[in-house]
Amino acid sequence: MEGAALLGRLTWQFGDVVDLVEETAHVKTLVLDVPAWPGHRAGQHVDVRLTAEDGYQAERSYSIASAPSGTGLELTVERLDDGEVSPYLTDELRPGDKLELRGPVGGYFVWEPSVGGPVLLVGGGSGAVPLMAMIRERAAAGSDVDMRLLLSSRGWEEIVYRDELARLTGDGLVVVHTLTRSQPDGWSGYARRVDSEMLAEVGPAAKDQPHVYVCGPTPFVEAVANALVGVGHEPHEIKTERFGPTGG
Amino acid sequence: MSFVSRGFQGRRRQDADPSRVPPGQYVTPDYPVLSAGPTPHTALETWDFSIGGEIDDLQRWSWEEFRALPSEEVTVDIHCVTKWSKLDTSWRGVSIDTLLENAQTSAEYVVQYSDGGYTTNVPLADVTGGKAWIVYEYDGEPLEAEHGGPARMLLPHLYFWKSAKWIRGLRLQSEDEPGFWETNGYNNYGDPWKEQRYWGD
Repeated sequence: MEGAALLGRLTWQFGDVVDLVEETAHVKTLVLDVPAWPGHRAGQHVDVRLTAEDGYQAERSYSIASAPSGTGLELTVERLDDGEVSPYLTDELRPGDKLELRGPVGGYFVWEPSVGGPVLLVGGGSGAVPLMAMIRERAAAGSDVDMRLLLSSRGWEEIVYRDELARLTGDGLVVVHTLTRSQPDGWSGYARRVDSEMLAEVGPAAKDQPHVYVCGPTPFVEAVANALVGVGHEPHEIKTERFGPTGG
Repeated sequence: MSFVSRGFQGRRRQDADPSRVPPGQYVTPDYPVLSAGPTPHTALETWDFSIGGEIDDLQRWSWEEFRALPSEEVTVDIHCVTKWSKLDTSWRGVSIDTLLENAQTSAEYVVQYSDGGYTTNVPLADVTGGKAWIVYEYDGEPLEAEHGGPARMLLPHLYFWKSAKWIRGLRLQSEDEPGFWETNGYNNYGDPWKEQRYWGD
């Protein structure tokens, strides 16, 4: 528990949009500079607030993708076609714009080098975002903790952070993809939804008591968390972060 | 001049009475799920509900006893700290007033505790006086495990994390004791109309 953390107020502040990076056809990373950013821990999120000319406001939460580092902050956002906020962030926002946000929020779905390993990360689609912050934090800290990412994506082109994950693989980081809808020619990896057998093969085994983080849409998280309990992982070692079909 | 997000129009809902939607919330027709870990599945034969702590006599009900208590049908709006609100949700369950009918206590706070280890704290005054229920039906059907079944707290005037899923009892205390989310950055009280989401709000 992080109950000892300071009871500081999370005030609204502005970030400057520095860049927008296309991760996949539906997913973009917002690269921000937040001059008053207090720092964060991998796995936390921020609240973003948009204001229309007549004062109407909409707020949503987005996971932080970047490892803690100065005033730089990266949010990765999936465009939800019927969303109110995400299409603005992915389609309308430009470098030079300001974005109002507050955070970091959440002290539970968090990994940092002091937590140690082994670590199992299981992501569905853009559920990879807070897990990527953990992977980047591990790399930035030069940690050699046994960390494994099992990432479920619909197809090869829809893997978020695909190239960076490939670069970071090694030195104790294992990345395993499963492609649930379409696979490139010659694909020899997993091509089905995450299940108990896959979790057992990817490991670490339940007896090694890994810290487990699962993030994705609700049905994905429910299925994976149930499967993990089914193969013997301790429920209290399984931390979940879910997002619903609406929310964007 | 106050800040405007360049090019943001927003999508004001026409189908919801704005006076029922707290600041920063949006109305959803869906029922999203939020929880910090795996969904516990407790068999009804082993389920019970207890009221303990600073109380003269521990109260305890088996599932059958609990279901035999007078129940109420409740239709309320619920507000999740992750920004969604859902209007006119209908539930059936037992009022906390009914459960506390025979309880003598000088406690001022309540800790709700659940299967899976979740806890959340509220002032006792917030769960009495027709403000809170332990519910076991949603929309006329048994409450699904994903949404907190077999039984959960329904405390609609606070953010929904204050309504513990998979609840197994209440502990009455003279001292306040922050629960799971309350020790992880979330507000100790959680009034959606004051937008008390996080520490210091």
